[in-house]
Amino acid sequence: MNWLKLFRRRKNSDQEIAAQRLRLVLAHDRANLSPGMLDMLKDEIIAVISRHLEIDADKVEVNFTEDQRETRLVADIPLSSPRRRAL
Amino acid sequence: MAGKIITISSGKGGVGKTTITANIGLGLAMLGARVICIDADIGLRNLDVMLGLENRIVYDIINYIEGRCRFRQALVRDKRFPELFMLPAAQTRAKDAISIEQMKSVAHEAAQMVDYVLIDSPAGIEHGFRCASAPAELVLVVANPEIASVRDADRVVGLLEAETNTPARLIINRIKPEMVQRKEMLAPEDVVDMLAIDLIGLIPEDPEILTASNRGNPIVLNNGSPAGKAFLDISRRLQGEDVPFAPLKPPSFFQRLLGSH
Repeated sequence: MNWLKLFRRRKNSDQEIAAQRLRLVLAHDRANLSPGMLDMLKDEIIAVISRHLEIDADKVEVNFTEDQRETRLVADIPLSSPRRRAL
Repeated sequence: MAGKIITISSGKGGVGKTTITANIGLGLAMLGARVICIDADIGLRNLDVMLGLENRIVYDIINYIEGRCRFRQALVRDKRFPELFMLPAAQTRAKDAISIEQMKSVAHEAAQMVDYVLIDSPAGIEHGFRCASAPAELVLVVANPEIASVRDADRVVGLLEAETNTPARLIINRIKPEMVQRKEMLAPEDVVDMLAIDLIGLIPEDPEILTASNRGNPIVLNNGSPAGKAFLDISRRLQGEDVPFAPLKPPSFFQRLLGSH
């Protein structure tokens, strides 16, 4: 159905994809840190935190956020659930 | 009082710097201002053909710097507006033929004569860009609504912030309203938001920009066209007028039928 296709396109439009890719590229450019370096940084953060806390390493997210021309590195590090820790 | 020195820059090549310089320069002249447009793209001179003044060139900026002519002799007077001048780039010299200090001194000398000095910067972020932006009180950063161009524009904004702290305003060129409407092109709002500098112009893609340039009569002279009006609006904003940004409309069915778009 044509209108279904229209609906789908709006959700994941070329415009949105371009905007998302551009935001990411700008964040890396501004911070002067390549995507590969960011992955390495993430691994190191996981290693350091793991020495002190039990964390859920698979769910760790380390990303840039942009607020005007200010870039932040935001790490979201979920701890392992208390139930699992009790075992 | 010395005139205001404004540089037009973009990082990426081919996004419309020279066309914009010619149109804004003419626009300011149409509004009654005295203007000198300096072509700082040494070795790749093009502002002359954009303005339709290529046959009137005698000397160029390097001739002046090397003392072969007086400043006024190097200027080419516009054929439509007697208060508009162009200072041509040298065509057969390397980009580093001018130092930053020399460019500053030329721009300040020009500013003594007129209300506005517009400097058309070469592409790139090296010496040519640094020369062109060094004397500027304001830099107009040109971007097209596509990833590569916005990315390069962001580098220019970053360099200006880090090195000279020169204020920058954004011109988004080659917007295709019908593609933005179909969500196939970056929306101007998104580009403004990402680059985080104030907007001064939105210019729609218009085949008439090319046909006008072909004849050496920049489109701003055609006040009725949307692109011509967009250029004149930028000139008005530079003069301090508060001109609202009209939403860009895709060409209507009838306009397309008539083949003007």
